[in-house]
Amino acid sequence: MKKQHLLHRTIIIVLVTLVGLYLVIGPRRWPTLKDFTWSGIKATMASNIHLGLDLQGGSHLVMRVKTEEYLKRVTEEAYVSAQNSAKDAGHEIKDGKAEIGNNNFRVILTPADPSKITQIKEAIDQKVELADSTVWSYSSSGGQMVWTMTGTAQRVLADEATNQAMTIIDRRINALGVVEPTLQSHGAQSAHQILLQMPGVSDPERVKEILKGQSRLELVHVIGPGSPAPPTTYPTREAAIESLGGTIPANRKVLPYKENKDKGDDPTKDQNQEGVTQYVIVEAPAVITGDQLSRATAGQSQGGGVKDWEINFTLKRSGAEKFGAWTTANVNNYMGVVLNDEVSSIAFIKSPIYESGQITGDFTQTRAEDLALTLRSGALPAPIEYLEERTVGPSLGADSIRAGVRASLYGLAFVVVFMLIYYRGSGVNAVVALILNMILMLAGLIVFGATLTLPGIAGMILTIGMAVDSNVLIFERIREEIKSGKTIPSAVEQGFSRAFITIIDTHVTTIVSSLFLFVFGTGPIRGFAVTLVIGLLVNLFSAVYVSKTIFIWLLSRKERVESLSI
Amino acid sequence: MLQILHDINVDWLGRRRLFILISVVLMLAGLGSAVFRQWTGRQAFNMGVDFKGGTVVTARFKQMPADETIRAALAGKGIHDAVVQPVTDRNDTVLIKVPLEEGKDGRSQVRDALNTFGAEAAPNSELEADQSAAYKIIGTDAVGAIAGVQLRNKAIAVTLAALVGILMYIAFRFEWTYGAAAVIAVFHDVLVTLGFFSLLQIEISLNVIAALLTLVGFSVNDTIVVFDRVRENRKLHRRDSLYKITNDAINQTLSRTVITNGLVFLSVLALVLFGGDVLRGFSLALFIGVIFGTYSSIAIASPIMVWWEQRIEASNKQAALSFSQPVRGGVRTPAKTAGREAMAPRTGKRSTGAGRA
Repeated sequence: MKKQHLLHRTIIIVLVTLVGLYLVIGPRRWPTLKDFTWSGIKATMASNIHLGLDLQGGSHLVMRVKTEEYLKRVTEEAYVSAQNSAKDAGHEIKDGKAEIGNNNFRVILTPADPSKITQIKEAIDQKVELADSTVWSYSSSGGQMVWTMTGTAQRVLADEATNQAMTIIDRRINALGVVEPTLQSHGAQSAHQILLQMPGVSDPERVKEILKGQSRLELVHVIGPGSPAPPTTYPTREAAIESLGGTIPANRKVLPYKENKDKGDDPTKDQNQEGVTQYVIVEAPAVITGDQLSRATAGQSQGGGVKDWEINFTLKRSGAEKFGAWTTANVNNYMGVVLNDEVSSIAFIKSPIYESGQITGDFTQTRAEDLALTLRSGALPAPIEYLEERTVGPSLGADSIRAGVRASLYGLAFVVVFMLIYYRGSGVNAVVALILNMILMLAGLIVFGATLTLPGIAGMILTIGMAVDSNVLIFERIREEIKSGKTIPSAVEQGFSRAFITIIDTHVTTIVSSLFLFVFGTGPIRGFAVTLVIGLLVNLFSAVYVSKTIFIWLLSRKERVESLSI
Repeated sequence: MLQILHDINVDWLGRRRLFILISVVLMLAGLGSAVFRQWTGRQAFNMGVDFKGGTVVTARFKQMPADETIRAALAGKGIHDAVVQPVTDRNDTVLIKVPLEEGKDGRSQVRDALNTFGAEAAPNSELEADQSAAYKIIGTDAVGAIAGVQLRNKAIAVTLAALVGILMYIAFRFEWTYGAAAVIAVFHDVLVTLGFFSLLQIEISLNVIAALLTLVGFSVNDTIVVFDRVRENRKLHRRDSLYKITNDAINQTLSRTVITNGLVFLSVLALVLFGGDVLRGFSLALFIGVIFGTYSSIAIASPIMVWWEQRIEASNKQAALSFSQPVRGGVRTPAKTAGREAMAPRTGKRSTGAGRA
């Protein structure tokens, strides 16, 4: 073995080791004296290595956008406007409904006069979204007009709803001031799932509430005689439907209304539990919807109590014009503020209102502020549900790190002691390779920007096992070759080249199974796969290349080598 | 030179019946446990919230109440099926497992109940820092029904995909019979480990699945080390039978097998003892898996590979014979020949199979 090779090899190893060491314990700025102390090194390591949520603490939330609700709403809205535009054109509709089934969204109208179907279709085509034939496929038979939402449109609309929900959630998180959140879609696109990770947030209850808030605001006309008569309410939904003649026409909606009574000062009580739930009939569609808002802020109302908070809102110009026109025509009538299909307050219109208004409803300060925030960020197109929630407090994370580090050190100690006793001189060689492996594995994690998780630490411990396996394979082979009468240098050479085939095969199979973990796994499991793969790749360098170099160096020191400590 | 296990000359393949008997018994015990439990209305496996859905809340107390007191407090708030389990490495922390309930948030349910012991520390402060607090929820894992099913399907898919990947790689590097033998052995390890999980009712979480996949990797490693040696020996000793070559390969690599697995076993033992509660299931799965992974590469993978190869060889020979001398074709059926005599130690030239001259 040539001296020149040895020199090349040594230079490469020293360079790699230095770079690895710098990556792991080197500060990313000009070093100070403190960086060379033990606590300084620990602090630098902690900032260099990206710790997973399970180690540093934080929340991991998986949510699903209920896109079927969105499609349902689209269908219902299409139905309402279809019926209204048919009526505006002077055609009578005998019967109709928005039919929502399993992946099946249809609008069905039955005109009083079947011969008018063509004219009604024309009238509807001029006004409403139902005209778009890429979304709705139209057919008519037996005096019925049927619009069916196409499969493509269902997919496209559902994806749009998910993307929009993601944008709105992103806005809300930013408004909340969450530090370094990651928001991404989760799983297959058709699953409509969103993954949100928030480092440092270990009690996500408030965040969850805020994100979940659909915040669909509507200003509606409450049906009934105007002031001075009180607003018309019904004790039950059935009673309201009864007054409409048994069925709810397309341009009416029955909504629950909780009147605010007994304004108590007890903030622990749920705001919604006070008051009796009544029902009111409102006109559909709404006069103004939440997308017309330009501003929403929380403010304290005149009562001054804990629950006397309200939300003041301002409308955009287009909305203000529409609102002004409508309120002018409806002075003394009742207007309802509807939040997520629930009437939160009813007021009579004293004089025309143009751009601003209030939402009152026994809000505490926090609730009013959260509501204002969600109103500002926009309404979610569809409700979301939480599928998975994992939170780790900083103290639990610290416990895990401590346990993981302790287990790693014990594992390492077992291995080192054994190798030194069993292989003596060559054991030192293996230990050098092992320690280099640990350093480079951490460096690898940093280079690839991978996250160290608790299972990742377990992966490191297992890598110790795999790494030492390579050395054992090589050493056992060298011993065998020596026993079979080969000279020391050729035994070493043979030992490495024979064992190398096996090492490649074992490494590749483990990497294959780890890759599956990485591709299909989530969160912590992914972290495990990453450390294992990096550890194995590093191992080819440390256990084979570095170990061999050490042997070359040992053998090069003497002209003739008679024995080897192995 | 310190050496354990030198000059071993054990007829491993000769004991194949015993080995296979042991494996069958173990697998049947596991399967029996799972079936029996399922049949008597209990759970076949102790599925964690990852797969079953539900909430696990980790709560830390200043003054830890007794388990029964916590259970009573939970029952007082209408949670009756909660499991209260103190962690093993700290005496102030408890795991509370609440089953899935539609439309309810497990964390706030538990919080409601725990508030009977005093206030929770404020969201942004540690338990010690908050004077007036009695406890703090320091971790939660809540998994809904949809996510649970999703995670379970994914776990099964990943395990199967990894097995197929390994099969293909070994088939590419060796022969497909070797690959199949290795995969059967690994599948055996997974089944035996799962059997233990059913018998001992250890909780199966996502981490356990990761451990099973690691175990797949490890077990295949052992098998490959033996097969690599078989491949090498077949080139060096062309006159020996596959039976002898495989036995020799196992014996030659035995010291490596014992040392490596012993060391991995020690590392895993360190994990079991010091790795903390979060990793307990993971460590236990590996602990069991390492033992059976070592065993299966000697006791399962090698005999299957030898049996299979010899069967192919026999049928090739038969085919060759019946082709050249059709008169003798009907004397013995190939399958029976392979079944009865294939594993007997034979010497003599092995005719290589058609595809691998």
